[in-house]
Amino acid sequence: MKVLQVQHLQKVFFPGTENERHVLKNINLQVNEGDFISVIGNNGAGKSTLLNTIAGTLNADAGEIDLANHNVSKKSVAYRSRWMSRVFQDPKMGTAGDLTVLQNLVLAQSHTHTINLKWYQKKGDIESYQQLLATLNMGLENFLNTQVKYLSGGQRQALSLLMATLSKPKLLLLDEHTAALDPKTSQEVMKITDQIVLREQLTTMMITHKMSDALKYGNRLVMIQDGQIKLDVKGTEKKNLKQEQLLAAFEA
Amino acid sequence: MIISSLGQGLLWAPLAIGVFITFRILDIPDLTTEGSFPFGAAIAVSLMLKGQSAIVASLAGFLAGCVAGLITGILDTKLKIPSLLAGILTMTGLYSINMHIMGKSNVPLLNQKVLTEYLPEGWSLEVQTIVLGLLITVIVVGLLYMMFKTRLGLSLMATGNNKDMSAANGINTDGMIIFGYAISNGFIALSGALVAQSNGYADIGMGIGTIVIGLASVLVGEIFLRGHGILTRLIAMVVGAIIYRLLLTVAMSLGFPADDLKILSAIILIIVICVPIIQNRIRTKRQLKKYLEQMEEQDDESITSAASTEGILSRD
Repeated sequence: MKVLQVQHLQKVFFPGTENERHVLKNINLQVNEGDFISVIGNNGAGKSTLLNTIAGTLNADAGEIDLANHNVSKKSVAYRSRWMSRVFQDPKMGTAGDLTVLQNLVLAQSHTHTINLKWYQKKGDIESYQQLLATLNMGLENFLNTQVKYLSGGQRQALSLLMATLSKPKLLLLDEHTAALDPKTSQEVMKITDQIVLREQLTTMMITHKMSDALKYGNRLVMIQDGQIKLDVKGTEKKNLKQEQLLAAFEA
Repeated sequence: MIISSLGQGLLWAPLAIGVFITFRILDIPDLTTEGSFPFGAAIAVSLMLKGQSAIVASLAGFLAGCVAGLITGILDTKLKIPSLLAGILTMTGLYSINMHIMGKSNVPLLNQKVLTEYLPEGWSLEVQTIVLGLLITVIVVGLLYMMFKTRLGLSLMATGNNKDMSAANGINTDGMIIFGYAISNGFIALSGALVAQSNGYADIGMGIGTIVIGLASVLVGEIFLRGHGILTRLIAMVVGAIIYRLLLTVAMSLGFPADDLKILSAIILIIVICVPIIQNRIRTKRQLKKYLEQMEEQDDESITSAASTEGILSRD
């Protein structure tokens, strides 16, 4: 079953000026349930633009985006969030620093789209949140009432990840979410990501700069170059993919 | 003097709370304040002159302020006008509207029954003002406290803190910002309606400097009452408004002419902006010193303990 269908997607920056850049050139992509896609590509290849267009931060100039069988091409980020969550590259982006860990989790738990005057804090929830945080193995369960800005980058990103997966989205977008962390923390967060995605069976698109991560994680690999999909391998073919082959594809 | 500043401060407290909502929660310096404050006064006074009760007139003043905030909010979010400019536009437009409502630049109340006169006659005006101010403050703070405990309030705080994250979590951020502007200016206009009734007139110029008064009250309040809880922060605004009034009363009693009060307000604001920064610097320095001293002591201890073990060893 398809979760996301992108058809004939075009994006041009600064049209009509000398800085004109055609970033997405007629992209077609179908994401099926259970896909865990690593998206790789050079700087400026268009992978972040693709992700931003899918998320709704950028509007596509042409083409259609269907998300969980809804045409969302012209819809807002908030509307798309009914079926989609996102972890940003910058740990500060995915959480509200002045709010507590608990408040952030509550915000992520239930995406309400109407005015909601219900008390947000309930006694029973606290324990279940603590259990959830404990699964991250970062000691966050003891900081439920701490403002998120006092957490470390790794803790903040792990929290973002937990928040993004809390509402069981149909599609999870990871935008180089380990790039801003030190190598060790980056590895830890990547491991947690893999665990959560497999446990919750989340359909995921992960942009990464690290070829090793792209090869190690996920069951499908998409390479974007010069605004087009250059390579799209899945299943055993993806499993058997070697770094040399990938490098060769980059050069070609 | 303290008693009268207390009463007056309580009437100005909704202004401080209104400014707090835009400035602290939404992180927007909203200049609509200068227009919505006299807007509330103009609406309340003219309705009272037309025979409406003071209660209805004050509530109408509140709602009028909400509309003013709504307009700034739409200018800011939907038309993408920078928030500072959006506020200036609404404020400027409101000047004409206020003139139309009042008909002339100063409209006195005649014998209309103002809110304080609903309280027992035996009480002095000062006591009446304090009781009325307390009553309104409790209602405003209580309502806002409950609002901030709901999902709606949480969404408002999140929007002000991180718009991208809020949108990614399904919050209609434009709607939240407009809502914040609206209630903020509602409370500011309510304050205008209360002050006009206390003064006995509405004046076209009564809004001048209100943003400085509001910001100063917010900062003074935060200096005197620190805390992260929303209730503490709201009460701090009330405390700030009262202390600010007290400062002005002291200045007046020292013989400052009324015309100089505006520059005095500006100076107070500059001081209260600087004080927390200096406070912070001193506190950090002191903490650091303490921490370093502790480290040194620990080092000393480990050295002495090492020496003593050495002594024991050598004796053996």
